[in-house]
Amino acid sequence: MGRKVAIVGTGQTKHKARHSDMNIVELINQAVNRCLENAELTINDIDAILIGNMEHFEGINLSDMWASDASGALGRCGMKITTGGSTGTSLSSAAYYYTASGLFDTVLCVGWQKQNEGDTTAGLVSATDPIWERASFAGAFGTFGGAATQYMMETGLTPEDAAKVAVKNKRHGRLNPYAHLHLDISVDDVLRSPMLAYPIRMLDLCPASEGACAMIMTHEDNVKKVTDKPAWISASVCRHDSAFTGDPPFFLDLRTLRSAAKEAYATADIKDPMKDLDIIELYEPVTWAELSFLEALGIGEGGKVGELLAQGVTSIEGSLPVNLSGGVLCTNPIGATAMCRVAEAAIQIRGEGGERQANHKVNTALATGYGGNWWSDLLILKSSL
Amino acid sequence: MAETEKMVFDGKLDINYKYASGKVTGKFYDEIEENKKIFGIKCSKCNTVYVPPRQTCGPCFTTMEEWVEVQPTGVVTNYTIVNYAEPLIQPMEPPYAQALIKLEGADTPFIHLIGEVDVEKVKIGMKVEAVFAEEKTGNILNIKYFKPVE
Repeated sequence: MGRKVAIVGTGQTKHKARHSDMNIVELINQAVNRCLENAELTINDIDAILIGNMEHFEGINLSDMWASDASGALGRCGMKITTGGSTGTSLSSAAYYYTASGLFDTVLCVGWQKQNEGDTTAGLVSATDPIWERASFAGAFGTFGGAATQYMMETGLTPEDAAKVAVKNKRHGRLNPYAHLHLDISVDDVLRSPMLAYPIRMLDLCPASEGACAMIMTHEDNVKKVTDKPAWISASVCRHDSAFTGDPPFFLDLRTLRSAAKEAYATADIKDPMKDLDIIELYEPVTWAELSFLEALGIGEGGKVGELLAQGVTSIEGSLPVNLSGGVLCTNPIGATAMCRVAEAAIQIRGEGGERQANHKVNTALATGYGGNWWSDLLILKSSL
Repeated sequence: MAETEKMVFDGKLDINYKYASGKVTGKFYDEIEENKKIFGIKCSKCNTVYVPPRQTCGPCFTTMEEWVEVQPTGVVTNYTIVNYAEPLIQPMEPPYAQALIKLEGADTPFIHLIGEVDVEKVKIGMKVEAVFAEEKTGNILNIKYFKPVE
């Protein structure tokens, strides 16, 4: 077991469709500076900078090199981590490992993306096996559509249940000034939005955003000097799965998340997630994913997750709010998306959520990252260890 | 001071690449192209028959060497109807059916397309058979698509 580590600062840009007034490194710099300001630290307090995005989306590479002035990596240990959708949680976990190891005292991690400067579909297609899956895959949401069709048949959940996820998260997103989409929508709006890949409609899907998110972590002996409201990392687990689309059961049972939750719950002493967790920031690329992934976390299993949603349990007024930030359905700058989950969980523990702050005290928060082919990362944060 | 107009640089990358198929995928394609046969590969430890075949069984981390012929017929285990257009990269004109298909004799389904079908009639559990391409394509479209079994 390494040293105890806490998140002591977070910072993010406003996420939106286009930041035409800032280039990539200026965007990264804004999140880094906001994070230092939030932690009341300077760049001289930082020992290492970890940076990441989804490569090729903007037609550029080695951004860690040309952002080294702006990220603060110049003259320090700097390293890039890129794992697709889960980049932000990989960065979070790596910053935790760096700090917990005792080799670095204070570490800053930053994830970013400017999705609308490039070709997301081309980026995603280049991530698939050129011989086996590139020709028949051809786009991002086909696989989600197939998985949702099977999940719907097995659980009896309906497109209306999925639409309620969009309505809830968009309502939460309107309370988050950093969220990309501020939309006021109804279940009917979702069900009437254009069909993209059955049963997934436009409003079932996350947007393409531009933005950056940063966090600072430090170790137990240093935490008290920095903040009186640390968000301690209680567990951090990563699970990867096969690259072949057909191998895992996916929405039927996201086995990477189920397995990660089992280990993290044991580490963080979570006996009943419904009672022991105060909020969840879940990586839901589509509405259906929120339903399926909550089941993998042991919440509302056997399709009961639809009832929890309908009863408002996972809304801001409920006992276990999910995605108070508006989630991925409101904000999706891919390399930052998963870090936003962890940062928003920390924000809730630090009581800095403003209008999106939970109504009850948040002592235990769970954040997930989703990427690659059905990969999961999971972190549990606590107000005290 | 005059207002600064923000500049946007428009660029385009055309990237050529060569990707070695490796020995396992190479054998699979030889069998399709020369004999119109589909082969899976079997793990000696857990007995899983994988389509697509690959060298390593992920859960067991064994190197697989036993080839098993599977049937060109199978069932749809999930599907979607792709309704959006992504010009240049899509294998068919939308709307088209993309599905996971589990071949008889295989334990893992793989992603492919359903053709010669009214897309509204595609269902989970539907029986389908492979239609082989007349000419080599160099990728999985050597199987042109799967069509419903009459």
